[in-house]
This record gives sequence, C-alpha cells and structure tokens, in this order.
Amino acid sequence: MNGLMPMDMTTVMGFIVVFSIFLYVVMDGFDLGLAMLFPLARRDDRNTMINTIAPVWDGNETWLVLGGGAVMAAFPTAYAILLPALYAPIMIMLLGLVFRGVAFEFRFRSARRARLWDAGFVGGSVAASFMQGVALGAVLQGVTVVDRQYAGGWFEWLTPFSVLCGVSVIVAYMLLGACWLIMKTEGHLRDGAYRWARLLLVAVLAAIVLVSLATPFLLGTYWDRWFAWPTMALTAPVPVLVALVALALVRTLAARRDYWPFPLALALFALCFLGLGVSVYPYIVPGSLTIWQAAAPEKSQAFFIVGVVLLIPVILVYTGYSYWVFRGKVGADAGYH
Amino acid sequence: MLEQLDAVLLARLQFAFTMSFHIVFPSFTIGLASFIAVLETLWLITNREVYHNLLKYWMRVFAIAFGMGVVSGIVMSYQFGTNWSRFSELAGPVVGPLMAYEVMTAFFLEAGFLGVMLFGTDRVGRGLHAFATYAVAVGTLISAFWILSVNSWMQTPQGHIVDETGRILPGDWWAIIFNPSLPYRLVHMVLAAYLTTALVVGACAAWHMLRRRAQDESRVMFSMAMWMLLLVAPIQIFAGDQHGLNTLEHQPGKVMAMEGHFESHPDGAPLYLFGLPNMETGTLDHAIGIPRLGSLILKHDMNAPMAGLDSVPREMWPPVPVVFWSFRLMVGIGLAMLALGLFSGLARLKGRLYDWRWLHRAAFVMGPAGFVAVLAGWVTTEVGRQPFVVYGVLRTADAVSPVAAPAVGASLLAFIAVYTAVFMAGTLYMLRIMARPPHDHEPGPSRDVPQRAAGITPGGAMAATGAPGDAKGGRR
Ligand code: HDD
Ligand code: HEM
Ligand code: HEM
Repeated sequence: MNGLMPMDMTTVMGFIVVFSIFLYVVMDGFDLGLAMLFPLARRDDRNTMINTIAPVWDGNETWLVLGGGAVMAAFPTAYAILLPALYAPIMIMLLGLVFRGVAFEFRFRSARRARLWDAGFVGGSVAASFMQGVALGAVLQGVTVVDRQYAGGWFEWLTPFSVLCGVSVIVAYMLLGACWLIMKTEGHLRDGAYRWARLLLVAVLAAIVLVSLATPFLLGTYWDRWFAWPTMALTAPVPVLVALVALALVRTLAARRDYWPFPLALALFALCFLGLGVSVYPYIVPGSLTIWQAAAPEKSQAFFIVGVVLLIPVILVYTGYSYWVFRGKVGADAGYH
Repeated sequence: MLEQLDAVLLARLQFAFTMSFHIVFPSFTIGLASFIAVLETLWLITNREVYHNLLKYWMRVFAIAFGMGVVSGIVMSYQFGTNWSRFSELAGPVVGPLMAYEVMTAFFLEAGFLGVMLFGTDRVGRGLHAFATYAVAVGTLISAFWILSVNSWMQTPQGHIVDETGRILPGDWWAIIFNPSLPYRLVHMVLAAYLTTALVVGACAAWHMLRRRAQDESRVMFSMAMWMLLLVAPIQIFAGDQHGLNTLEHQPGKVMAMEGHFESHPDGAPLYLFGLPNMETGTLDHAIGIPRLGSLILKHDMNAPMAGLDSVPREMWPPVPVVFWSFRLMVGIGLAMLALGLFSGLARLKGRLYDWRWLHRAAFVMGPAGFVAVLAGWVTTEVGRQPFVVYGVLRTADAVSPVAAPAVGASLLAFIAVYTAVFMAGTLYMLRIMARPPHDHEPGPSRDVPQRAAGITPGGAMAATGAPGDAKGGRR
C-alpha cells in the first residue's frame, strides 16, 4: 500500500478537504456569529451589522459546498458513511441555512414581517452553528460502520459530547462575529462588541479546555496521539500556542486595538483545527476508515487536484478583491432618519 | 422489503420536491443575469436613463431570486450524501469531481462578484461594475454547463469503468464530460431559462402597459422580451426536436413512453396527440393520432419501423402516464410561446406593439408558463429514465441511503413546510417589486437600508445614488 508515503495524492486531497472546511468555518463562522449577536444589539444597529456581511456571505458559504463536494469526490466511501450517520444534524443545518440566507433580502422587503425574518436569521444561524458542532462531535466520537456502510441508529449522533461540541461552536462563532464587528464598526456598536468579545473569549477558552479534556477518552488512538512518545513532542506545542494567542487576544481587547482581535481569533481557530487534525489523522471516519481506505481512484483525485491548483488561487484573488472593495468601517451610529 | 420500498419512494419524493423548487430559481436567475448584463451594456454605450432604471429595477428582483437559488442549491448538494449515499459511494468518483468543478468555476465566481454587482455601484467605476455583472452572468452559465454535464452523464453514461465491486470509476474524463446528450440538454436548458425570463419580463411590462404606467421603461422591456420570444421560441422547438432524436438513439424506452408507443409499428408509427396510457393493459386508450407522423418526425421517413414498449421487459418500463403527459405539457407550452412570439411580430409589423391590448393580455397570462414548461421538461427527463438513476448502469432502488423511512419522511415534511413558507414569501416580495412600475432614479437592491454614511455602506451607497427623497423611500 502507498499508505506509508506521507505526501501521496490522497494526503494532498485530505489537506484540500481540511483547507476548505477551515475556510468555511472561519468565514461563515463570523457571519453566523454576527447573526447570533443580533439579539444583544440595539435594534437600530442591526442594519449596520447586516451591512458588514451582506456583500460577502454568499462567497463565505460557498466553501461549505466545496468542502462537501471535495469529500464526495475524493473520499466517496467516507461521504456515504458520514452523511447518513449525520442525517438529522445535516438536515437541520440546511434548513437553518435556508432561513439565514433569505433573511438578508427578506428583512428589507417587508416592514411588517421584518421581525419575523430577523428571528429566522438568528434562529437559523443558531441551528446551523449548533448542528455543525454536533456533527463535528459525532464524527470525533466515531460512528458504527458495518461492511463499509453506516449501521448505527437514528440518534447515534446525540451524546453529551456532541452537545458540548455544538455549544462550543456557537460560542466560538460568536467570538469571531464580535471580533469582526470590532474591526468593521464604530461607536457604541463597537463598544458593545468589545464587551461581548471579552465574555465570549472566556467561554471559548472554557469550551476548548472541556473539549480537549474529553477528546482523549473517546478513542484510544486520540489518547496515544496526545500522551505517548514520540507524537507528544509534536502535539505539546499546540496547547502552548493556544495559551499565547489567548493572552494576546486578552491584551488587544483590553487595549482596544480594533484591527487585532479578528486575526487573533482566526489564529485561535486555526490552532484548534490543527489540534483536531493531529488527533484524527489519518482517519476520515475516526476508528473505522483511514483516508486511504475511503479514497476515490487516483484518476478522480488527480482531476480534482488539477482544478484546485489552477482555480483556487484565482478564487482567493477575486474573493480578496471583493473584500477589499468593501474594506473599512461600515456605518457610524447609523439610525433612521 | 416493504420498509425498503418506502424509504426509496420517500427519498425520491424528497429529491423531486427539493429539486423542483431549486430549478425554478436558476431558470430565472440564468436568464435574468444575462438580461441585466445586456441592460448594463446598453446603458454603458448609450447612457440612456431608461436602461439604468431597468437595470436597477431588475437587480432588486434578481437579488431575491438569487438568494433563494443559493439556499435551495446548497440543500441539493448535500442530498446526494444524505439520501443517495449508495449512489455517492458508487458513482461519486465520477460525479463528485464534476460537481466540485462547478463549485470552483461557477459558484465562487457568482458569489465573489455578486456583492460588487449588488452593492458596489458607488465603490467601483461603471466599467468595473459592468465587469462584475458579466462575471455573475457567465458564472450562471458555467454552473449550468457542469450540472447538466453531470445530469447528462447520468442519462447517457460513457467513458466510465465498472469495477468488480460495482463502483463506477472514471475512465476518460473528456468522454464523461462531453457525453452524447450534453450538447442537446445544455442548449435546450439555457434557451429554456432565457425564454422563461423573457416571459416574466414581458408579463411585467404588459401589466404596466395595460395600466398605462411607466411608458418608456415598459416599452423598452416589452420590446426586448418579445424579440427574445420571436427569435428563440422557434430555435427552442428545433433544439427540442434534435434533443428527442438524440434521446431516441440513447434512451429509446424514454421516447416510447413520451410518445405513448406501447405497440411496435413495423411500418410507420403515428403521432399520438392524446390518449390515456394504461400501464396494466399496455395500451394507449382512446388514442387520437395522426398516422405515420411519428415516424416522420423521429426518423424523417414516414414508413420507418418504430419499436414500442412491447419490445422492452416490463420491469424496465418508466411510469408511462407521467412521462406522456408532462411531455405534452411542455410541448404545448412551447407552441404557445411560439404563438405569442408570432403575435408580437405581427403587432410590430402593424406598428401596434405598444397598444394592442390583446397582445398585452396574452403576454401577461403567459408570464409563469416558462416555469411550468421547465418543470414539465425535467419530469419527462427524470421520470423517463426510471428505473435507473445512471441509465443502464445503476438502478434507483440500489442508490438509496440506509436511512430509515421515518427519518426521510420527517425531513420531507420539514422541507415541505419550510420551502412553502419561505419561497412563497420570496415570490410574493418579487411580485410586489414587479407590481410597481420602474421609474426615474430607480433605487438599487438595498435601497431601504437606512444609513447615514453614504458611500461607506452597501445600503447607503445605493440610496445615495438615488434622488434625495429615495433613501427614506418607505420600506414596503
Ligand atoms: C441549469 C441550471 C441548474 C441546474 C440543473 C441545477 N443548478 Fe444549482 N444553481 C444554478 C443552476 C443550476 C445557478 C444558476 O448557478 C444557481 C442558481 C442561483 C444561484 O445562486 O446559482 C445555482 C445554485 C446552486 C447552489 C448554491 C451555489 C452558491 O452557494 O452560490 C448549489 C450548491 C447548487 N446550485 C447545487 C445544485 C445541485 C446539487 C443540482 C442538481 C442536483 C443543481 N444545483 C441543479
Ligand atoms: C415545443 C417544443 C419542444 C420540444 C419538441 C421539446 C423536446 C424535449 C425533449 C425530447 C426532452 C427530453 C429529453 C430527454 O431527457 O431525453 C425535453 C426536456 C426538457 N425540456 Fe423541452 N421541448 C420543447 C419545448 C420546451 C420549452 C418551451 C421548454 C421551457 C421553456 C422546455 C424545457 C425543457 C427542460 C427544462 C427539459 C429537461 C432538461 C433536458 O433534458 O434538456 N422544453 N424537451
Ligand atoms: C433541475 C431540474 C430537475 C428536476 C425538476 C428533477 C426532478 C426529478 C424527479 C421528479 C425525480 C424523481 C423521478 C422519479 O422518482 O420517478 C428525480 C430523480 C433524480 N434526479 Fe433529478 N431533476 C432535476 C435535475 C437533476 C439534476 C441536474 C441531477 C443531477 C445532478 C438530478 C439527479 C437526480 C437523481 C440522482 C435522481 C434520483 C432519484 C430518482 O431517480 O428517483 N436531477 N429528479
């Protein structure tokens, strides 16, 4: 088997999948988080909040489609096991995203129903975020596989651990959303965002600690990865870096440096992702299937990789361009006039 | 066994339901994006305010339709895994990369420039703004190319290898992408989108002309829509005919169902106009047909022999009545579009395009017809390929997920409830915009966003380009 070769095509595909899921999580993460901060914001600030993400949310969400598509194209067996296993969480997430996505337009189209669509915006975002976390937790704890097919029950995904992950993702997205608002707004909206961010950072750190404590007990392989030589030498720096970034975040929030918290929050996400990746690699269905066992034939992967190499840089350039067009602070203490 | 059957049926119903909702929006956004691009080009060249007003007017409709297309599309992309996991595992190596290319070449392009198109008027120059509009329009066409390539490969598969475990693996990508039915399906679908949009635009214009409002704008868009119908409806009928010939070659059973040919006709098949297909007896009851015309159309020889479903094993029959009727519905609407196009041509010749009220009434009534034709066409295509999901290679019943029927049923009910509520509201909002005439200093998509700092926020930027009173122009 080519399983020992570290940089074969399947590993590259694994990186591509992780890359697009990561970009989805941080980019749509701040959209969803911002929506969940809606109830805390003053009514007259909500339009400003929406305006900061209206031009970019669709592109952010597209990484979700690429992530799903990449798993289907490169690891069809994993796709065929995980999606039925996560049936209910995914359906609820999709319905949540329906409400979230239409709210951008609908809330401006009907004065009478604006509150209703706002509720859909918030509720849809909460449902989608929670279910994304639940799905993550359910994958981490492993699913029942018999004969390369999902063979677990209807509610196998629902455990205390997956619920913990769901809540963690909610607070983490809210932190991202708050840091985004700090960067993009001014006045009392920004003041509020600073307050929220400080509280949320505490919650996020607590969530990181809890999830990290629980994870090694889920599967033997996780335990070995973190607490046995020689892999420990590689994994130990991750928690140290998390602590350093968290410290920097605390200080920039205290010093009110508008442009720092958001990148630092991104770094925090990247480290958590790295930690998860270290735990799971080389499994794609933890406990049952490695990336090589789930892989599509080389011909499928090669075709995909060519596309990624040629197209993703271009995509990143024009996505960057569209962020740049809408750069800068959005609205001051805007209100109805 | 019964349990299993239920799950398959429910999964099919769910796919058909969510897909039918989805396709309605792309049919409109593909056409509208191109229409807006044309309007913007005309505005750039002529600098006439009419085009600018129409451009901004339709952009508001577009923003809503596009949003609904996106959210319903994301549901589609995950349904392959949730409801058709066996299909994903077995055919994923072929269809997965194609759909990934759709994301990378089309969805990112659309999404990346949509923000600039809708909110960027004030932040980029006119040229760059037009570029963003073109990017979005081209993106919708590229998206149609890839998804239709996938669907066409499922209809007329080639270039793949089936290995000993039953997995369908790519052999020759070029052959897979450019499979035999792709050119026909792509042309037919894109034209369908253009016709659908032309009918909606035409109906909107006709409505305002019937009420004698917004004369300039209504006339311009009415004329554009009617040119589209007059020129494209005949092409579409020709394309559909060619598509049928292609289908006859690759999926003869489907054409037999479309035509209602239960029996073989060794010397010249009739063209049945009406009849009641009876799957039990294998006959077309109360048939009214024109002798030998079927052979003439499909074989270009009125005496050519045509095989019927009696030459196909029964378990391979698609549900004939559905295919038979949906096909007739589509073709009937196609002929009605042609008639409307010709009517407008006559009116133009007589110089009465803008005051022949019967023409305007007809155009108004035909407004939603394109959507019906598109749905009928897809039902013909999809139901006609049953019992296969990948024609001749993978049966639908073998493609479904191991998910219990109650779970599929519950999610189906949730989709019905949510889609009905959300998409009905969206349709209502679009109709509300269209019910008011386009006027001078038409505000852009987010005109209602109350913003003080014009030029900094998307909303404020759009409001600022309008007349002074527009920013608070009432949120309605
Ligand atoms: C012929 C056209 C056509 C057809 C047959 C389909 N679509 Fe579609 N789709 C489009 C044309 C389109 C589009 C014009 O590109 C849309 C409509 C509005 C939009 O945002 O893009 C779109 C949006 C859209 C999106 C959201 C893209 C985004 O995030 O911007 C997804 C994920 C899908 N589609 C997926 C599918 C799947 C899985 C289909 C089949 C099962 C499918 N579409 C059929
Ligand atoms: C009147 C002339 C028409 C003819 C002869 C015709 C013919 C056909 C045929 C034979 C098919 C099935 C192809 C297959 O799956 O094998 C088809 C599908 C379809 N038709 Fe038509 N059609 C006509 C008009 C229209 C119109 C006016 C529309 C919409 C505005 C339309 C939209 C569609 C769509 C969306 C499909 C499914 C996608 C595809 O397979 O291309 N058709 N048509
Ligand atoms: C866009 C318009 C489309 C509509 C309205 C549509 C409609 C339908 C319908 C009604 C069925 C059920 C057929 C039956 O159960 O007898 C079906 C099945 C299916 N279609 Fe489509 N379809 C569309 C496009 C597509 C496309 C573009 C793809 C592929 C990418 C696709 C893939 C499938 C699959 C996988 C099934 C399997 C389920 C089955 O065959 O029953 N469809 N579709």
